[in-house]
Amino acid sequence: MKTELNNEAAVKAGPNTEGMNQEQLRQLEEGVSLKIDRNKDFSNAPSVLRGEGVTRIFTTGKTRTVAVDHVNFNFHKGELISIVGESGSGKTTLSKMLLGLLEPSDGTIYFNDQVRDISTGAKKRAYWKGIQAIFQDPFSSYNIFHKIDSVLEDCINLRGGKNLSKQEKYDMMTEACSFVNLKFAELTNKYPFELSGGQMQRLMIARIFLLKPEILLADEPTSMIDACSRATILDMLLKLRDETGMTVIFITHDIGLAYYISDAVYIMEHGKFVEQGPAEKVILEPQAPYTKRLISDVPKIHEPWDLSTVG
Amino acid sequence: MGKIMLEVNQLTTKYVTRANEDVYAVDHVSLKIEEGKSLGIAGESGCGKSTLALSLIGYYFPPLHYMSGDIIIDGKNISGLDPDTVRKSVLGTDVAYIPQAAMNALNPTRKVYKFIEDVIHAHGLDMTNKDIYDMAHKRFEEVGLPEEALLKHSVELSGGMRQRVVIAISTILNPKVLIADEPSSALDVTSQKMVIKMMREMMDKGMVKSMIFITHELPLLYNVTDDIMVMYAGQIVEKGTAKQMVFDPVHPYSRGLMRSILVPEAGTRDVKLTAIPGTPPNLKHPPAGCRFADRCKYAVPACKVNAMPIMEFEDNREYRCGHSVQHLREVYEHEDRAE
Ligand SMILES: Nc1ncnc2c1ncn2[C@@H]1O[C@H](COP(=O)(O)OP(=O)(O)O)[C@@H](O)[C@H]1O
Ligand SMILES: Nc1ncnc2c1ncn2[C@@H]1O[C@H](COP(=O)(O)OP(=O)(O)O)[C@@H](O)[C@H]1O
Ligand SMILES: [Mg+2]
Ligand SMILES: [Mg+2]
Repeated sequence: MKTELNNEAAVKAGPNTEGMNQEQLRQLEEGVSLKIDRNKDFSNAPSVLRGEGVTRIFTTGKTRTVAVDHVNFNFHKGELISIVGESGSGKTTLSKMLLGLLEPSDGTIYFNDQVRDISTGAKKRAYWKGIQAIFQDPFSSYNIFHKIDSVLEDCINLRGGKNLSKQEKYDMMTEACSFVNLKFAELTNKYPFELSGGQMQRLMIARIFLLKPEILLADEPTSMIDACSRATILDMLLKLRDETGMTVIFITHDIGLAYYISDAVYIMEHGKFVEQGPAEKVILEPQAPYTKRLISDVPKIHEPWDLSTVG
Repeated sequence: MGKIMLEVNQLTTKYVTRANEDVYAVDHVSLKIEEGKSLGIAGESGCGKSTLALSLIGYYFPPLHYMSGDIIIDGKNISGLDPDTVRKSVLGTDVAYIPQAAMNALNPTRKVYKFIEDVIHAHGLDMTNKDIYDMAHKRFEEVGLPEEALLKHSVELSGGMRQRVVIAISTILNPKVLIADEPSSALDVTSQKMVIKMMREMMDKGMVKSMIFITHELPLLYNVTDDIMVMYAGQIVEKGTAKQMVFDPVHPYSRGLMRSILVPEAGTRDVKLTAIPGTPPNLKHPPAGCRFADRCKYAVPACKVNAMPIMEFEDNREYRCGHSVQHLREVYEHEDRAE
């Protein structure tokens, strides 16, 4: 059966745009396209987070696990860094230490060139104004008993907006939601679990929009999302970075994704950084055998995927 | 043309929810796979991939219901059989099925070779446990798995090894069709590669005569299967060879999917990554016209009204869209040039 096609006539009319906001209309018109400036040089940008010999050892009974093993790093203002490694390589442990949720067993972390001090509750809270996180499973990071309004309002309060009027807060929350293509009016009075996975992920970014931290740490933020919504989420993150000069630390096992979005890439194996540098260099001219293996094991579409490298 | 191992005609199945609502997750799906060939199924989560897999193996236990259509495996129509009969006489021999997250579903208290005894006994085959063990051992050797794996509990194996063991067990009776639902998605890249290599070898050696491979990871499908089918909201919207689908997609949705591929290869950083705005329709109330129309930037008013059938074009390619292939290609070419 070969069919010649019909309704060619009215090409102008377009899709159903009812109820879409400006941003969605723009996306439909132009498609989401990530605008990434590939030529930025961060070597002279101020350091926001630096680590020297950062280590974490877990001891349970007789077993001793060196989850993060003397890593050194330097993340600059406005830089997008990916930390890439397979499961168990120590990514989550490192991110917990960066967030101040887990004490390093050894090593020093510098925040804005000062030794990080989170020794008291007040100092911790002050640090958390500077660094925020988005987690793999968006559901896990909300209090299920808090309505979305209060999730967002907490962010405003945390940024010193406690005494703003109801209307001002409402406007800010509406703005944050529309930044991520959510309609605040539809979310108000709902609980987080009433949202879809994609909406939840957007709500997390709306929170970041309100919090405007200096550093955003995202642990596998798109792994629950389909490839075609992934671009939307990434686009939002990058826009936020460009607007606020935020540093983004992206934790991922997806080396294709890391290559696409990052300025700098750190490759992690068994708790160590085996290679680090500009994305273009690390991915296209890998030096460490581990990096070479990772890249060769990812299925590609232009180069053949050589199955003979595995047993 | 090789012998047809699986032929599906206009298969329609639905879920009936507790609120007694119908969810049309597989809607008039047709496909054909020849001996020695593999077919990939791609699409966003919720588009019906896993439901299609269950429907193909005749797993019609509530809330899933068979509505209409044929499933013919090597000449045998299984669509009319009751699910218990299917379970006993079709699963494992005619068709083997690796469900999503299968590797975590093995009973941790049993040793691996015991599962193989289970499979053989479930099919009423007259074999001693010694014969079964020898057969299992031989098969493990053929597919490059160590004998120790047979004697271990599943929890003692790494994720990649466990998944390969699951595949080896499920296919021990040399099925005509293997249906694997996201078999390597939870694994690290190296383990994934080992799983894929094993599946390829099983195909080459005829231990599995044809294969359906489900995943949302397009670069993987591109490397694994001969043909790729893209599903959207319960329907097939395009089908072609892997190469055609990745480098020359025709349906606007397939084009969107292919433009979301990220691979660590030179030049890919310069490609514009695009997203498809919006969300798929609710399958309880699918739209009357084209299901993708609400998200399609090429939609015209007629798209909302006319549901298009899937249509053939060129050699064995199929697509479902109101625009002609020529028109779509012209539009794409124009867009690509503008970038
Ligand atoms: N709380 C803990 N107690 C003991 N071992 C742990 C703990 N958290 C992580 N580990 C171990 O540390 C290593 C690194 O884990 P993790 O940081 O979660 O890696 P990734 O996020 O890269 O998968 C693993 O071997 C893991 O088992
Ligand atoms: N047990 C069920 N009852 C009702 N609806 C279901 C059930 N399982 C899946 N669905 C619905 O069927 C559709 C297809 O789901 P599924 O086949 O799992 O998609 P995929 O595997 O492509 O992610 C989805 O809309 C999903 O919500
Ligand atoms: Mg982790
Ligand atoms: Mg599924």
